[in-house]
Amino acid sequence: MTTTDNQATEAPDPASAPGASRAAKASRAVLPPLGLGLALVGLWYYVSYIVLEDKRRFLLRPIHQVIKVGFMDADNRTEELQALWSSTRIALIGLSIAISIGFTLAIIMSQAKVVEKAIFPYMVTLQAIPILAVVPLISFWFGTGATSRIVVCVMISLFPIIVNTLFGLQSAEQGAHDLFTLHHASRMTRLRKLMFPAALPAIFAGLRISAGLSVIGAIVGDFFFGKGDAGIGQLLRRHASRLNGEELLASVILSSLLGVVVFGFFGWIQKRATGRWHDAISAEA
Amino acid sequence: MVFPDGTEALRDISFTVDKGEFVTVVGPSGCGKSTLLKIASGLLEPTGGSVAVDRDHLGYVFQDATLLQWRTVRANVELFSELNDVPTAERRQLAQEAIDLVGLKGFENHYPKSLSGGMKMRCSLARSLTLKPPVFLFDEPFGAVDEITREHLNSETQQLFQNEGFAGLFITHSISEAVFLSTKVLVMSARPGRIVAEFDIPFDYPRNPELRFDPDFAELSGRVSVELRGSHS
Repeated sequence: MTTTDNQATEAPDPASAPGASRAAKASRAVLPPLGLGLALVGLWYYVSYIVLEDKRRFLLRPIHQVIKVGFMDADNRTEELQALWSSTRIALIGLSIAISIGFTLAIIMSQAKVVEKAIFPYMVTLQAIPILAVVPLISFWFGTGATSRIVVCVMISLFPIIVNTLFGLQSAEQGAHDLFTLHHASRMTRLRKLMFPAALPAIFAGLRISAGLSVIGAIVGDFFFGKGDAGIGQLLRRHASRLNGEELLASVILSSLLGVVVFGFFGWIQKRATGRWHDAISAEA
Repeated sequence: MVFPDGTEALRDISFTVDKGEFVTVVGPSGCGKSTLLKIASGLLEPTGGSVAVDRDHLGYVFQDATLLQWRTVRANVELFSELNDVPTAERRQLAQEAIDLVGLKGFENHYPKSLSGGMKMRCSLARSLTLKPPVFLFDEPFGAVDEITREHLNSETQQLFQNEGFAGLFITHSISEAVFLSTKVLVMSARPGRIVAEFDIPFDYPRNPELRFDPDFAELSGRVSVELRGSHS
């Protein structure tokens, strides 16, 4: 039967998946991005040394210089790591709040079409507001410290969670709903045993997008609201104004690394939660 | 039965299915066959007339297997027991019996994505069998599987009918499936669906697949076919 060979590729069974083919598989997953990475580093050097003449080299410092000044220098490193920690904390708090609000709203909207129709336009409106436009308002209401940074983070990362969770909750097929109707299942049972599990793949898709956005949100918030611990946004701002090319690039690299880690983390959870039954088209994390 | 948009789906339909009877309704697509079952099951309220169906433990399989993707075969088959608060041990046993009955032994821990179309349908049948249904509704369950699998499933269905002794109401647009399975075949007209002919099918159970090549079977199928074509106008 076709089922048995399907099973073999999933189960980490050493007998049916020989180590050699696994190594080949791993190298196929690692080599393409590694190759492209090397090519990009090459391009970077090419621009630094060949395209830019000496006195304009500050526009793009060579990569080893960035690593040396940005990460190897003890003072700079401490500063970067503190900023990283501050931004990570804001991103995680913001993301948790966005997840709570997003889940709650999506579950409420999934219970009645009328509620969905009432709330949804406002969600779209909120999503469409440029953060820049409300920065003054946010600072009036919440000050210029961590609270405001979290607010920005939530505003930026909320929408994909709501949309994907709602879409997921509504994705259970009518036939499956009929089964639950025939057996007089309560709303709660239906939500718990049908709508929520059916929604999991979509929920994780939303979480991965929002996780990345929450990092952006934390850094953008930090860029505008710098009171208290300096996050990566403050570092970016400071280094940009002082034309510190190496430190600036180091901060950029750090912020995208944070985004990648958070994205990968949720990809990993997704695989743990739905990989056995759902054919996810997911990037290997 | 008239839908809110004014479509009249069914008109003047009256029939009974007794225990030990297997009644099949054949009709052109869109004639309201599925609507008929939805009314019988209580999923739809008729706009007129009355329905009396023993709906405790109603067996009901749909056109799709409607398995829950995140549940293994066993957990899918246990679903109804779970919704009806059957104790775990009993639930397990009912599920195992049903799984054995439809020939899915050995696939208990597989997820639906790794099952073939025919196996998904078997799983769906097993799920209803856990209810020990006195009444079993089939809504074109084998329409999506290939011809060979369909013949297998037909044989197994009449075997189940013979062993379990439920009252069966089966919807299909395949004449040979209808005649092969049933004690009685009803022919429905195009919309609004009415019953235009009724055939008693005399063959003894258990029925062999070879029955399909019996001259009497062919003759009976021919008569059903004539009525079905006549109903299409």
